[in-house]
Amino acid sequence: MTRKGNVKLLQGNEACVEGALYAGAQFFAGYPITPSTEIAEGMSREMPKRGGKFIQMEDEIGSIAAVIGASNAGCKSMTATSGPGFSLMQENIGYAYMTETPCVIINVQRGGPSTGLPTKIAQSDVMQARWGTHGDYTAITLAPSSARECFSETVRAFNIAERFRTPVTVLGDEVLGHMREIMTIPEPGELDVFDRIKPDVPHEWYRHFEITPSYVSPMASFGDGYRYNVSGLTHDQDGFPTAVASEIKEKLDKLRLKIERYIDEIASFRTEMMDDAHVAVISYGTVARAAYQAVRMARDRRIKVGAIQPFTIWPLHEVKLREMLANCRKVIVAELNMGQLVHEIRRVAPRNTEVFELNRYDGEVMTPLQILDKIREVL
Amino acid sequence: MTSTTIQSDVTHHYLRPKKKFPNVWCAGCGNGIVMGALIRAIDKLGWDKDNVAVVSGIGCSSRMPVYLDFNTLHTTHGRALAFATGVKIAKPHMKVIVITGDGDALAIGGNHFIHACRRNIDITAILIDNKIYGMTGGQFAPTTPGGSYATTAPYGNYEKQFDVVKLAIGAGASYVARGTVYHSSQLEKLIIGGLQKKGFAIVDAFSNCHTYYGRMNREGDAVAMIKWFKTHAMPIEAARKLPPEKLKDKFITGLIHETDATEFCDEYQALVDRLAGKEAGR
Repeated sequence: MTRKGNVKLLQGNEACVEGALYAGAQFFAGYPITPSTEIAEGMSREMPKRGGKFIQMEDEIGSIAAVIGASNAGCKSMTATSGPGFSLMQENIGYAYMTETPCVIINVQRGGPSTGLPTKIAQSDVMQARWGTHGDYTAITLAPSSARECFSETVRAFNIAERFRTPVTVLGDEVLGHMREIMTIPEPGELDVFDRIKPDVPHEWYRHFEITPSYVSPMASFGDGYRYNVSGLTHDQDGFPTAVASEIKEKLDKLRLKIERYIDEIASFRTEMMDDAHVAVISYGTVARAAYQAVRMARDRRIKVGAIQPFTIWPLHEVKLREMLANCRKVIVAELNMGQLVHEIRRVAPRNTEVFELNRYDGEVMTPLQILDKIREVL
Repeated sequence: MTSTTIQSDVTHHYLRPKKKFPNVWCAGCGNGIVMGALIRAIDKLGWDKDNVAVVSGIGCSSRMPVYLDFNTLHTTHGRALAFATGVKIAKPHMKVIVITGDGDALAIGGNHFIHACRRNIDITAILIDNKIYGMTGGQFAPTTPGGSYATTAPYGNYEKQFDVVKLAIGAGASYVARGTVYHSSQLEKLIIGGLQKKGFAIVDAFSNCHTYYGRMNREGDAVAMIKWFKTHAMPIEAARKLPPEKLKDKFITGLIHETDATEFCDEYQALVDRLAGKEAGR
């Protein structure tokens, strides 16, 4: 076999670093935490070599704060953490939603609650990624399942963050983060890289949170000459605190609509053997790999089953998912938690589709045989 | 033209034209005096407004940046220095100023405070120190004197206090000063010194919260509280010549500590340059 291009043997965490560099990351702030630390280590090595910025902060609260500060100063910014750190970041992640500050947060999940299982796998932060910070907002969360996808989903996370002026969470997991796989690094230009839209109006006309037809506001950086105000207080289009009912509603609607209206652009799925399937297995992250194997094994036994892997788990594309499930009588949602995304699947599944859960939460991976057994059980 | 009109012209030049005044502060609050001193300091240094970022946390004092015509970031409680660290590292040529309060900087933000001092990052922090949580209605702070009353210390405060100056010196800050809202021109000079200092500078500005601290502790109105600063402040130069017993009920003001140490962004740039040299040398 001849290998072309830039082929590397990479851990998922290392692939996230490569993806961030490809996307043009210029700033990383983080705090050591297993099993995500290799991302911080990689960025500490690469950022100063490329004129980017790296800082190890005093905690995760400070890390995400520095990321938001740097993003407002114009840098493509990111952090990486795991469950406990993700919990600590939540207040400031809410600040990033409210202030519409682009940033990428990679959460390499481990078992919880609390300190939990630092070196073992789980997918138990799915709901936290959606609802972790207080208040109403619309969250975007991506879930890769291989080193290749760690790379591409990190690039996509930056693109979405910059495009829609919002934080984007990438949910990895311990096994994905540490497993080594061969992958080809895409050539420059092979994947799209998006930079935030800058204002082209004079200083006096600029409104940092302007409600545009797309609901996404162009974003000036500190030092660009626009001198705007940013506040976590509910604010008007100029960024000044408001208590006017119509302005409050307008702001919250903006946070939702700028994402919901572009769901076709944000949502991404992979499906396998769904054309004639009566049973679907829905899974994401590492579990999706076992699901594909299980589906192939079931097909060998002439069971009409297919697999659906959402890469964008928040927001879940209801309409598309309903279409995919139109001919499925049964759906199995396989997750490494006590049942999180399954609630959303239940909400959006067609009325006559039965939804089953397959959960594992003992720190071990889901095996293809477990999924195959479940398929046979629900038939 | 009298000197007062000149002064108000200067102040108005740095206030946000579109922002609706009056501000959120109580009548007689010292925050406005600190804001005036900061504006005059920046004006005297002749800094370009576009190149100045003012970052704050949460509290009465932290509302200040909203009124100022700079790049302003009003952040979460206690985290101003961490946000400011991100801004400064991203754009080291920008002048980054943090406005914080005693609760914001020393309680919830204590960790960020000591680490900003330790890194000696080129940020100037102005800590408006009024010994109480004003915005939430008068609870005790890490600076509330022992025995003082607060809404969460109804029988008197039995906790120990942080001394901002000692804390900052111990943690590695380059420039540590204390002023008061009575001594507004001294405060302006101390802020100028902090802004000019390469490295982490902290100006601890004693201010009055007559609405809560003053009322609960029978210290009188704004004027009485500000006069107390006059009678109890001891300039560092004078204090050095006096025996400790004469300083008993005084507090020290002025530039208390100054040292030269390498600064964080400079160190980082040196690393970038070193790596670039290595690459070129290969």
